[in-house]
Amino acid sequence: MNFDLAFKHWDLFAQGVWMTLHLTALSLFIGMMIAVPTAFAMLRGGIAGNVAHGYVYLFRGTPLIVQTYLLYYGLSQFEVIRDSWFWRPPSYLRKACFEDFLYWKICVADFIPSLRSAWWCAVIAFSLNSGAYVAEILRGALKNTPKGELEAARAMGLTDKQVRKLIHLPSAIRRALPQYGNEVIFMLHGSSVASVITLQDILGTGRTINAKYYVAYEGFLSAAFLYLCITYILVFLFRAVERHYLKHLNIAEPSAKRGWFGRTVAVPAR
Amino acid sequence: MKQTFMAAVATILITGAASAETLKVCAEGAYPPFSVTTESGTLEGFDIDIANALCDELGMTCEIQATEWDGIIPALLEKKCDAIIASMSITEERKKRIDFTTKYYNTPAKFIAADNADFEISAEGLEDKVIGVQRGTIHQDFMEGEYPDVELKLYGTQDEVYLDLAAGRVDAIMQDSIAGKEGFLDQDQGKGFSFIGGSYSIPKYHGDGAGIGVRKEDKALKYALSAAIEAILKNGQYGFINAKYFDFHIY
Repeated sequence: MNFDLAFKHWDLFAQGVWMTLHLTALSLFIGMMIAVPTAFAMLRGGIAGNVAHGYVYLFRGTPLIVQTYLLYYGLSQFEVIRDSWFWRPPSYLRKACFEDFLYWKICVADFIPSLRSAWWCAVIAFSLNSGAYVAEILRGALKNTPKGELEAARAMGLTDKQVRKLIHLPSAIRRALPQYGNEVIFMLHGSSVASVITLQDILGTGRTINAKYYVAYEGFLSAAFLYLCITYILVFLFRAVERHYLKHLNIAEPSAKRGWFGRTVAVPAR
Repeated sequence: MKQTFMAAVATILITGAASAETLKVCAEGAYPPFSVTTESGTLEGFDIDIANALCDELGMTCEIQATEWDGIIPALLEKKCDAIIASMSITEERKKRIDFTTKYYNTPAKFIAADNADFEISAEGLEDKVIGVQRGTIHQDFMEGEYPDVELKLYGTQDEVYLDLAAGRVDAIMQDSIAGKEGFLDQDQGKGFSFIGGSYSIPKYHGDGAGIGVRKEDKALKYALSAAIEAILKNGQYGFINAKYFDFHIY
C-alpha cells in the first residue's frame, strides 16, 4: 500500500470532491423540484397521477448506472438527437459569453442542459432518479398526514392551495426528514456512477490514480475514505436538522444521552 | 500384480495432470480486432489466437479470463491470472510493477479525427480541442507528456472512446493505429473519420511494442513464453494468425 499517491495528487482529489458535491447538490435540488408536484399528482390520481406513477415506477425500477449509460451513450447514437438543440445549444448562445466574470469566462450556453456534455447527462439522469425516490418518500409522508391537521386548516378558512402549501407539505417534509437524509446519502454514493461517463468525480479520480500507477487499492481506498468523511458530515447535519424540526415529536427523550456518532442512547428507567 | 496396477494408475494420474496444465491468461475483450467479446460472452481476436498458439507450443491449455483494463496489472499481481496477453505495451513505468516477455507485435500510435477536421496536430492546433483516450494506457501518458495543456477525456474501454468520437463529444482520439483502423475506421461507425497527423512511436511513452506481462518472480514462465513467441514466429503459426486479421506483418 502506498498512500503517498493520495497526498501527492491531493489537488485531483480536491477537484473530485468538488465535482461530487456539486453534482449531488444540484441533482438533489432539481430532484426535489420534480418530486413535490409528482408526489401530489400521485396522491390525487387521475391522468397526471398515472403519469407520475409511471415515471416513479420506471426510475425506481431500473439501476441508476443503466439510466446514465443509456442517456449518455444510448441517445448519442441517434442523428436526430445529435442534430437537435437538445444535443448542443445553438451557436449564438454558445458565443454569448462574459469574458471576465469574476475570474471565469462564463457563457450563457453553460447553463443550458445539453446531451453532448457528460456533466449535463449526469445531472439529468441523477435528478430524474432522485426525483422518483423523493416523490415516493413524500407521497408516503403526505398520505400519512393526520386528517385532523388538514381539517383544522380548512376550518381556519384556508383555501386548498394554502392548505397544501402551508400545512400539508411542510408537515409531510418534517416527517419525511429521516428518510430524505437517507436519500441524500444514497445520491452521494450513487453519484459515483458519473465516473463511467468520463467525469472526474471522487471515484473517477481514484480510478485514474489506480490506472496511472497500476495499483488496485490505493485509489479506491482513498475514494472510500473521502465518501466516508462526507457521509459522516451529512449524517451529522441531518441529525441537527432533525433535532430542530422534529422536537415536537419527542424523538430524543430528555434523559437521553448522546452516544457515538451523534445517535441518542436510551437510558434505562430507574 | 497389484503393484504394477497401482504404478499404471499413478502414471495415468500424473501424466493426466501434466497434460491438463493450464495457463490462466488475462485478456481484455473491448479492443478490436485484438480482443473482442463475442455475443456468447467468450473472447476472440488476435491476442486470444496468439495466446492459444503459445499455450499449444508450451503443451498447456489457455484459460482466458476477461479482465477490466484498469485492473489488469493488479489482477496479475494478485494471481487471478498468470500472464497478461492484452496488447500491453512494454513501458518503463509498467516494468516497475511487472515483467514482460519479448514483444509479440509492434505498431505505432495515431490520432483519428473527422474527415473535415480543420485543426493540426500541434500544441496550438489542439489548444481548444478535447481528445479522448483510454484510461491507464500509453496514449494517456503520451498526451499528458507531449500536450499537457490539451483537455483529455478518459474512458474505461477503447470502445467507449470510439462511441464518443462518433457522437462528436471529442474532437480527436489517440490510440494504436491498427486498433483504430480495424476497430473503428473500417467499421460502419467509423465512416467520415480518418487518421490525422503522423505515426508516433516514442520509446519513452510507447515502449518497445506489445509484450506478455508476467509477475517478476515468474522468470521461468517469462523465458518460456519468450521462447514460444520465437517458435511460433519460425514455424509459421504467427504468420497464419497475422494473415487472419491483417494484410501486412505487424511483428
